[in-house]
Amino acid sequence: MNRLLSIIRKEFIQITRDRRTLVIILVIPIMQLFLMGYSATTDIRNVPLAVLDQCRCAESRALLDAYRAADYFRLAYSVQSEAELRALIERGDARAGILIPPDYNTALARGEAQVAFILDGSDATAGSTTLASATLVGQQHATALMFEKLERSGVDISRLQPPLEVRTRVWYNPDLVSSHFMIPGVIGMILYAVTAVLTASAIVRERERGTIEQLIVTPIRPWELVVGKIIPYVLLAFVDTLEVMAIGHWWFGVPVRGDLTLILACSGLLLLSGLGIGLFASTIANTQQEAMLTVWMTLLPSIFLSGFFFPLEAMPQVLQWISYIVPLRYYLVIIRALLIKGVGLAAIWPETLALAVFGLLILGAAALRFRKRLD
Amino acid sequence: MTETVIAAENLTRRFGDFTAVDHVTFSVRAGEIVGYLGPNGCGKTTTIRMLLGLLEPSEGRATVLGFDAFRQSEDVRARAGYMSQKFALYDDLTVLENLTFYGGVYGLRERRRLDETLDLVGLRGRERDLTRDLAAGFRQRLALAIALVHRPKLLFLDEPTSGVDPTARRAFWDLIYGLAGEGVTVLVTTHYMDEAEYCGRVGVMRDGQLLAMDTPAALKASVIPGEVWEAHIQPLEAGLEALREADGVLRVGLSGDHLRVIARRGLGAESLRRAAQARGLTAPRLERGEPTLEDVFLALAR
Repeated sequence: MNRLLSIIRKEFIQITRDRRTLVIILVIPIMQLFLMGYSATTDIRNVPLAVLDQCRCAESRALLDAYRAADYFRLAYSVQSEAELRALIERGDARAGILIPPDYNTALARGEAQVAFILDGSDATAGSTTLASATLVGQQHATALMFEKLERSGVDISRLQPPLEVRTRVWYNPDLVSSHFMIPGVIGMILYAVTAVLTASAIVRERERGTIEQLIVTPIRPWELVVGKIIPYVLLAFVDTLEVMAIGHWWFGVPVRGDLTLILACSGLLLLSGLGIGLFASTIANTQQEAMLTVWMTLLPSIFLSGFFFPLEAMPQVLQWISYIVPLRYYLVIIRALLIKGVGLAAIWPETLALAVFGLLILGAAALRFRKRLD
Repeated sequence: MTETVIAAENLTRRFGDFTAVDHVTFSVRAGEIVGYLGPNGCGKTTTIRMLLGLLEPSEGRATVLGFDAFRQSEDVRARAGYMSQKFALYDDLTVLENLTFYGGVYGLRERRRLDETLDLVGLRGRERDLTRDLAAGFRQRLALAIALVHRPKLLFLDEPTSGVDPTARRAFWDLIYGLAGEGVTVLVTTHYMDEAEYCGRVGVMRDGQLLAMDTPAALKASVIPGEVWEAHIQPLEAGLEALREADGVLRVGLSGDHLRVIARRGLGAESLRRAAQARGLTAPRLERGEPTLEDVFLALAR
C-alpha cells in the first residue's frame, strides 16, 4: 500500500510540475467540445439559394415567399440567366437554385406549372436534407394553391379534410438538435482517448528515461506500478468528463436526465477499455511518439465504428458486425440514453455488461503483456 | 567475513545466436569491492541483470545473498541496491522528491533515514534542487543515494562514473570505500582501467567470457608474461618497428612520448638497446615500468 501511494504521489508531483501537459489535458476537451458542438452538426439552416425568376409575377413571388418563410433557405442571389446560376453553384456560393419559367403564372392557371430546383449533391448529407426540405416546401405550397383554387370554384373547404394526417411527436430531443447527439459522443471519445494516450505515454516515459529499469529492481510489483501510474490519469479523465458534461449541459443545453452516479459508473467501465488500450500500446511502443501513434491507430476506427458521427444502422453488415468489438460503441448507446432519455440501468444493461466484459478482457490481456521482466 | 554473497556458476545468457555471457563462474565474499572490467558490450551489464533476476540465465545459475537470483529475485531485489549507468532519476522531481519516492517504494517513511542518506552522499543542502539542474557529479551521487536508501548489504554499480569528471570520480570512490568499510559488498563494472585499480579484486571480461578474476597485483603478476620497460627512443615509429621484431619482446605499444615494451623475463636492457642499434637507431633510454591493468587486459585479450 505504501508502495502504491508512493507511486501515486510521485506521479501527481510530476503532473503538477508539467504545467503544459496539465493545461493540454484540461483544455483540449473543451476545445474539442466546442468544435464538435458547433461544427459537427447536420442541422440544415440557411442554405444559400440562387433564384432565377423569369416570370416576375405575383404568383412567382408567392412561391419564393414560401421558400423564404421555411427556415431552411436564404434567398441569397437573384440571377438573370441559367449560366449565372450554374456559376454560383459551381463556386459553392449557392448550394441550390430555383428556376421559375416565364410562363409560370399562365401555366399555374392551367394547372400544369413546373419549376426546376437544382441541388448541389456533392455533399450528400446536406444535399439529401435540402432535397427533402425543398420538396416539402413545394408540396405544401402546391396544396395551399389547390385549396385556394377549390375555394374560388365554390367548394366549402372547411368540410374538405385530408383522410389521413400523420402527427409526429419527437421524443427526448424535440427540436432534433444535433449537438444533443454529438456531445455525449464527445464525452465518450475524450474519456477513451485521454486515458489511452496518457496511460501509454506515462508508462513509456519511464522506459524512455530508463527509470523503469530502476523501478524493476525495487520491490514494486508490476500491478502496483501500473495501477499507481494510472490512478492520477483516471482522476484527470473523470475531471474531463465532468467538465465536458457541465459545458455540454449549461452551454449547449444538453439535458442530463439520467442518474449522475450511474453515468460516472458507466464512464468508469469505458475507462477500463481506454486504460487497456493505453497499457497495450505501452508494451509495443518504445518512445512516447510510438505510443501516441499506436493509440491513435486504434482510436480512429473506434470512433468511426462506434456510431459517433454516422449511425451504425446505415453501415454495411460487415462493419456492423465489427462494431460489436468496439467498446466505445456500447458506451455511446449508454451515455446517449442516460443523458438524453434519462433511462435507468434496466434499459441499458446489455450494453453495460458488454462494456464491462470488453473492458476487463482488454485490460487483462494488456496486463498479461506488461511483464515485469525486461527480456 | 568469509560469507559468500554472490556465487555464479556457469552463468550463461544467449540472445538468439549471440552469446552475451558465456559460462561465467565466480564468487564474491561479503565486504569485497569487486570490479568487472571490460569494453562496452562485453557482457558486464547482462551479467548484473542476471544477478538481479531481470534476465533468466540460458544456462547455469547464480546465488545472490543466499537466494536464487532468478527464482527468488524479489528477495534479492529487496536486499540489494542497483545503480544503472543511465542514472535513472526523475528530472522533473527535486533531489528530496526522488529520494522520498524510492524510499517509499522500499517502505521507508522516516525523514531521518532520508537525511542520513543525503548526508552520506554529500547532497545535504541540495534537497530542493531540481534534478535536471544538477551537475553530472551530483546526479551520480543522487543515483547512488537511491541505490542506498534502503541500506542494502550488496550494491551493484553499473558504470557508475561514466560522464563524470575525474574529481567527482575520485570523491565517488571514497564513498564506495566508506561503504565497503561498513561491510557493504560492491560489484562495480567499469571500462576505466585506473578505476579498476581501486577494486579489491578485478574480473576481466571480453566477448562474454570472464578471462580472469583476482587482485590487481596478482593479475599483474600472473597474467603479464614478462617485464615492463619504458623505452625512450626517437623516432617513435621506427623504434616501435625495431623492438617489435626483436628477440624476446612480447609486445610493444605506444604510451605517450615513449614506448611500452613487455619483454621476456630476464631479457635485460642490453638486448633491447642492441636490437635498436641493429636497425641504425640510437640506443633507447630504458626504465623499468610498473605493470598496469591495461597491460593485463591487453595480455588477456590477445
